[in-house]
Amino acid sequence: MTNLLAILFDGAIYASWLFLVAAGLTIIYGVMRVLNMAHGSFYAIGAYSAASLVGWYFSGQTGNPYWSYLLLLGSALVAGTLVGVAIERGLLRFLHGKDEILMVIVTYALLLILEDVTKLVWGVDPYFANQPYRLLGQTEVGAVLRFATYDLALIVVTVAIGLTAWFVLNRTNKGRLLRAVIHDREIAVAMGVNVDAMFTVTFAIGSVLGALAGALTAPAISVTPGIGVEVIVLAFAVVVVGGLGSIGGAAAGAVLVGLARSVAVHMAPEMELFVIYGVMFLVLAFRPQGLFGQTLVRRI
Amino acid sequence: MQHLPRKPSHPIRPIAVALSLALAAGAVGAADNGKYRIGIVTFLSGAAAGPFGVPAANAAKLTVDTLNAGKLPAPYNVKGINGVEIETVIIDEAGGATKQTEEFRNLVQRQKVDAVIGYISSGDCLAIAPAAEELKVPTIFFDCGTSKVFETVKNPKYLFRTGLDAVVDNVAAARYVVETRPQLKTVASIQQNYAWGQDSWNDFILALKQIKPDVKVVSEQWPKLAQGQYGAEISALSVSNPDVIHSSFWGGDMEALMQQGGARGLFDKRIAVLTAGETGVERFKDQVPNGTIVGGRGPFGAFAPKNALNDWFRPAFTAQYKEPPTYPAYKMVQAILGLKAAAEKGGKAGMPGAEQVVQGLTGLSFEAPSGTVQMSRAKGHQAVQSVSFGEYQYDAKSGKASVTKVKTYAGDCLMPPDGTAPADWIKAGFPGAKCN
Repeated sequence: MTNLLAILFDGAIYASWLFLVAAGLTIIYGVMRVLNMAHGSFYAIGAYSAASLVGWYFSGQTGNPYWSYLLLLGSALVAGTLVGVAIERGLLRFLHGKDEILMVIVTYALLLILEDVTKLVWGVDPYFANQPYRLLGQTEVGAVLRFATYDLALIVVTVAIGLTAWFVLNRTNKGRLLRAVIHDREIAVAMGVNVDAMFTVTFAIGSVLGALAGALTAPAISVTPGIGVEVIVLAFAVVVVGGLGSIGGAAAGAVLVGLARSVAVHMAPEMELFVIYGVMFLVLAFRPQGLFGQTLVRRI
Repeated sequence: MQHLPRKPSHPIRPIAVALSLALAAGAVGAADNGKYRIGIVTFLSGAAAGPFGVPAANAAKLTVDTLNAGKLPAPYNVKGINGVEIETVIIDEAGGATKQTEEFRNLVQRQKVDAVIGYISSGDCLAIAPAAEELKVPTIFFDCGTSKVFETVKNPKYLFRTGLDAVVDNVAAARYVVETRPQLKTVASIQQNYAWGQDSWNDFILALKQIKPDVKVVSEQWPKLAQGQYGAEISALSVSNPDVIHSSFWGGDMEALMQQGGARGLFDKRIAVLTAGETGVERFKDQVPNGTIVGGRGPFGAFAPKNALNDWFRPAFTAQYKEPPTYPAYKMVQAILGLKAAAEKGGKAGMPGAEQVVQGLTGLSFEAPSGTVQMSRAKGHQAVQSVSFGEYQYDAKSGKASVTKVKTYAGDCLMPPDGTAPADWIKAGFPGAKCN
C-alpha cells in the first residue's frame, strides 16, 4: 500500500512538473509550427531570474517570506515576456512560414547563444532559492511517506494552468482566433486575423510558461549552467508522446511518462533511465502522430 | 585560345589569409617565446564548471602568477619553473572525449605546450591517457577518479596522476561509517547512472561488506546525471528506511538531492554519506542536517592540514575569489607544484625538457597545501595520500559551517599494492593494508 501511494504521488508530482515544462513548447508548435529548441533556455532564464530575486529578497530578512511566491511568479512573467517578445520580434518574425527543419536549426542556435548569455549574466556558480520550498513544510502520507507541501502545491498550480489554457483556447474570442490560425493560417489571414500579432502573443505565452516552469522549479534545485539543455530533451519526449501541438496531449504525455518513471523507480530502479524513452518508443510505434496528434493531410 | 578575364578576388580573401597566417605565426611564436607553456584543461562550461572546473582554473591562475612572482613559500620560492616564466593555455574540458582528444593534440602539436595538466571527467582521462604516451608530452591528471587509468596505460612514461582515484574514497567511507556507526544494519544508495556513480557504489559496498558482512542493501537508485528532480527516488529511499544512504553525487545534483531530501525529512533519522560532499560545505548552510558524513577526495579543502603552503594558498585564494578553495582547487595546485618539483629535481638550470620532467616526477615525493604527496603507485606515476572523512556541522548563530569528528586514513590503508586490481584486493580482505 505504501509503495502504491508513493508511486501515485511521485507520478503526479513529476507529471505536473513535466506538463509545466512541456506546455509552452507545445503551444508554440501548435500555433507557429516552430519546434522551439530554445524553450530550455526560457526555463533556465526563469530559474536564474527567480533564484536571483528570491535570494535577494531573503538576504534582507525583513519582509513576509510568503511574498517570495509572488516573486517567483513575477520574475517568470517579466523575464519570459521580455525574452519571448524580443526573440519573436527581433528574429522569428523574419522567418514566419519557413521550413520547420530550418526553424529547428535557428532555435537550436538560439539555445546555444542563450546558454552563453545566461553564463555571461549569472556566471557559472550555482544559485539557490530554497526558502520557498521549505516554507510550506511537509505533508504526511501514510506512516512512512512525507512530501514537501510545495511539491503538492505544484500539482494544483499545474492543473490551474492547464485549465486556464483550455478555457482561453475554447471559451474566449481570442482563443477562437488562435484556433483559427492553428487550423488554417492562410484562411485566418484572409478573414482579417492579425496573424503576426497572434504569433508574438503566442510566443510570449510559451516563453512565459517555460520561464514559469524554471521559476517554480528553482526552489527545489541548485540552479546551474546547463539545466535548460537537460529539460528540453524531456519536454520533447512528453510533447511527442502526447502529440505535437496539443495541450491535452502534453497533459496525457506528462501523466503517462510521470507514472511510468515513478513505477520504474519503485519497482525496477535500474530501468529508470530507459523508461521515458521506452514509453516514447511504444507510443510512436503504434501512433506515430502521438496520442492526441492528428494525421496531417498532405497538401499538393 | 581566349583567356577568360580573371575574376577579381574578394577583398575579404587576403584579409582571411593574412589573419590565418598571423594566427599560425602566433602559435609558433608563442611556443618560442622562452616561456614554459602549460596546457590547463578543466570544465569552464556545463554542470561541472561551477563546483569543479572554475575553482580549478582559478587555482591555476593564482598559483602560476604567484610562482612567476617568486612569492610561493619554500621549497617553491624559485621564480617560475627553474627560473623560466610559466605561461598557461587554459581550455574548456566540455564536449566529450573525442573533442578532448583533438584538443589535446592541438595543445601539443599546434600550441606547442611543454606539459598538460587537466581532466576532471573519467571518460576524458581514459581517452587522453594513450594520446599522452603517443605524443610524448608530460601529462598530469589532476582530478579524475577512475581506477582504470593505469589499466589503460600499463607502462606509463609520460602520464601521471597527482590526485587519488575513487577506490580510496569509498574504502575510506566504508571504514568511517563502520567505525562511527557500529550498529549499522542497512544501507541504501543513490548514484548518478554513469561510470563514476556505478564504480563508486561498487567499491563502497564491496568494502563495506568486507568490513561488516551482515550489512543489507535495501535500495539502489540510479537517476541520470543532472536529472535535478529526485522526488520518486527520495520516496523509494524513505520506504526502504536504511540506516545509511551512500551517494557519490556531486555539484548541483548533490545540492538538489540534499535540498529535496531534507525538505521531506529523509535525513532526519538516516545518515547520508557524501563522498564528494566537501565542495558543498560552504554552500549547504542549514539545508543539510548536522551529522551528514562528507569526504573531500583526499586531504583537501576543509580537510587540508596546517602547513606553510596551505597558509599561503587558502587565504590567497579566498581573498582573490571571495570564497574558500574546495578540493578541485587544491588538486590543481598540487599538480602544478608536482610539475615544478619534478622539473627542478635534478638541479639543471634553464628550460626543462620533457624527459627531465618525467624522470623527476616518477616516484617523486613532494610537498603541497594538502601535505606530502608520494608518487608511489603505478610504477611511480600515481599519487598516494591520506583520505579524510568527517561530519558536517552548521552553526546557525555564526552562519559558519565546519567539518567535525574527522578521521584520516593513510594512503597505504586504502590502496592496493602495485599490480593488484582494487576489487581483488578488497575481496581478499585488504591484504597488506597499513592502517593505524
